[in-house]
Amino acid sequence: MNALPATEHAPKEFVLEVEALTVSFDGFKAVDDLSFYVDENEIRVIIGPNGAGKTTVLDLICGRTKASHGSIRFRDRELTRMKEHEIVHAGVGRKFQNPTIYEELTVFENLELSIPRGRTVFGALGFRRDQAVLDRIEEIAEFVFLKDHLKTPSAILSHGQKQWLEIGMLLIQDPSLMMLDEPVAGMSVGERVKTAELLNNIIKDRSVIVIEHDMKFVEDIAHRVTVLHQGKVLSEGSMEHVKNDPKVVEVYLGH
Amino acid sequence: MGSSSHASTGTLDKSRFANPFFTREGWLYFAILAVLILVVFPLTLDAFRLNNVGKYLTYAFVALGLVLCWGHSGILSLGQGIFFGLGGYCMAMFLKLEASSPENTAIQSTPGIPDFMDWNQITELPWFWAPFHSFGFTLIAIVAVPMILAFVIGFAMFTRRVGGVYFAIITQAIAAILTILIIGQQGYTGGVNGITDLRTLLGWNIRTSEAQFILYFVCAGLLLASLLLCRAVHVSKLGRLVIAIRDKEDRVRFSGYDVAAFKIFVFCFAAGIAAIGGALFTLQVGFMSPTFVGIVPSIEMVIFAAVGGRLSFFGAIYGTLLVNYAKSTFSETFPELWLFAMGGLFIAVVMAFPDGLAGLYHRHVRPHLAKIPGLFDRQSGRGRDVVAQPAE
Ligand SMILES: Nc1ncnc2c1ncn2[C@@H]1O[C@H](COP(=O)(O)OP(=O)(O)OP(=O)(O)O)[C@@H](O)[C@H]1O
Ligand SMILES: [Mg+2]
Repeated sequence: MNALPATEHAPKEFVLEVEALTVSFDGFKAVDDLSFYVDENEIRVIIGPNGAGKTTVLDLICGRTKASHGSIRFRDRELTRMKEHEIVHAGVGRKFQNPTIYEELTVFENLELSIPRGRTVFGALGFRRDQAVLDRIEEIAEFVFLKDHLKTPSAILSHGQKQWLEIGMLLIQDPSLMMLDEPVAGMSVGERVKTAELLNNIIKDRSVIVIEHDMKFVEDIAHRVTVLHQGKVLSEGSMEHVKNDPKVVEVYLGH
Repeated sequence: MGSSSHASTGTLDKSRFANPFFTREGWLYFAILAVLILVVFPLTLDAFRLNNVGKYLTYAFVALGLVLCWGHSGILSLGQGIFFGLGGYCMAMFLKLEASSPENTAIQSTPGIPDFMDWNQITELPWFWAPFHSFGFTLIAIVAVPMILAFVIGFAMFTRRVGGVYFAIITQAIAAILTILIIGQQGYTGGVNGITDLRTLLGWNIRTSEAQFILYFVCAGLLLASLLLCRAVHVSKLGRLVIAIRDKEDRVRFSGYDVAAFKIFVFCFAAGIAAIGGALFTLQVGFMSPTFVGIVPSIEMVIFAAVGGRLSFFGAIYGTLLVNYAKSTFSETFPELWLFAMGGLFIAVVMAFPDGLAGLYHRHVRPHLAKIPGLFDRQSGRGRDVVAQPAE
């Protein structure tokens, strides 16, 4: 893998290198000269007040929003120049802030549509529901606690189960970078604990970026935390470090 | 894998997750429809009425395509008349050339070209007419020409993420432009009268009542075949994917699919099916004219699908038959009121019964039928155990 020429920012190889990333909406800079780096097998949590630009950062990485400036390198590829589906093929998966699943379809079908096979028009026409597909769906459904709900129309799942389903839909693609926007929103305490466990299991072979407001949950999972404020990094480091950073306390944790 | 859930107890039972082409229930509906159009209509209707039904069935092709394109994929096209018309024109061009043999047209100043060209002082067959001497070419062109146009429109729109109302308006505009073009280029297209006076197909007189009778069965058979084809697309992964695109386009895109490609495919597919209907229309009715290309017929075709149920292939066919039957009886008595009735019907359906006749059937009739042992399920009394799908 030939990555960027080593710079002072990138002394070693990261999975994701975001550098000088900027996007403005009608002059308003939602993300402003942002740089951060994510390691292999790291769980990075991004926190910050409402409107800090957290979701926008994920939008930029997965190609939903085009950057005004800056670069996003994933392994050795420049994501800012790629189409959305190419970014997914490169190994980046993304969960939306509101659970986004196919409510008309069953849990089984939701997972099936997310399997990275038959992704072209004619591939989809010729796709067969064979044993390998069933096995994979079963494996993932079990992993996200939905094995007994495979035939359930996904519209009637609880909010927390919908979140799990969407995580399952990402997992079945086996991405090397998974981005989760507020994965435990709307979950009960018990569900949050299970989700934290789930994320810690996921991590064995991939990196994860999580946006979260729930501090207890953040403490449970984060390796490192990036605090965003007005589109910029306010603080970065271990949970312990950012918790005690006076700037963070002032703008975010204080209230 | 999951530490908090118990170990896997075995693999999923494949049969529980089978995705049958048709359930027993689906085959039952198919059989009823087949008997109706292949047996009941031919036995009970006189030649004139049967020919009319045959004409309606050609519109049903368009409605079938609209179920996939609009109902399942959420792409509302108000320009399906474009494709119906192009298919019809391709067929008409072939038949017209056959009817314009030098012997038949000896009195023209240029024998051997269609009469309307001669009237418009055209002295040579235009280059794009020449290949329509070949029946093989014509058969391909009937489907290919509309699909190519659909591809161009779809590519231009969907890769730019144009959708919804904007897309519908653009298809309307294209239908209007095409109508104007056909009317304006009278020498090449027959103008407002269209291409008329079609007589034989490969020497076979299509204007006799036996020919009409046979063509009716060709049309009905091809409609049933098209229904099966649509169904095959629907039960494929692509069929589920387009529903997913309709409901959560972003989720599909960020699951690694090129959404535009799928929309283009569905739009082209619907265009191709509509074009087959158009070609059969020309054969059965004996002419093709710009009245079947423009805005009004295109909207009417959407109404057929809406009344029948835009999610249901069967519904679309019944809807087409019913609305057209109503139109013919109603407009005979109150011709000036028909357009209002049609508009009112559309509004009523969209507001009160968004799933059309098929929706009413599924809500009010089917539950009673489902209680009859062995009708829909092989084993009586067992609950339905198929993967949830939009109404058949
Ligand atoms: N497409 C857009 N057009 C204009 N403004 C936008 C757009 N997307 C985001 N913004 C603005 O950018 C800012 C950052 O939004 P973003 O959704 O990234 O915040 P967030 O950190 O995810 O907040 P929350 O915690 O509420 O989810 C907000 O002020 C928002 O209004
Ligand atoms: Mg957000």
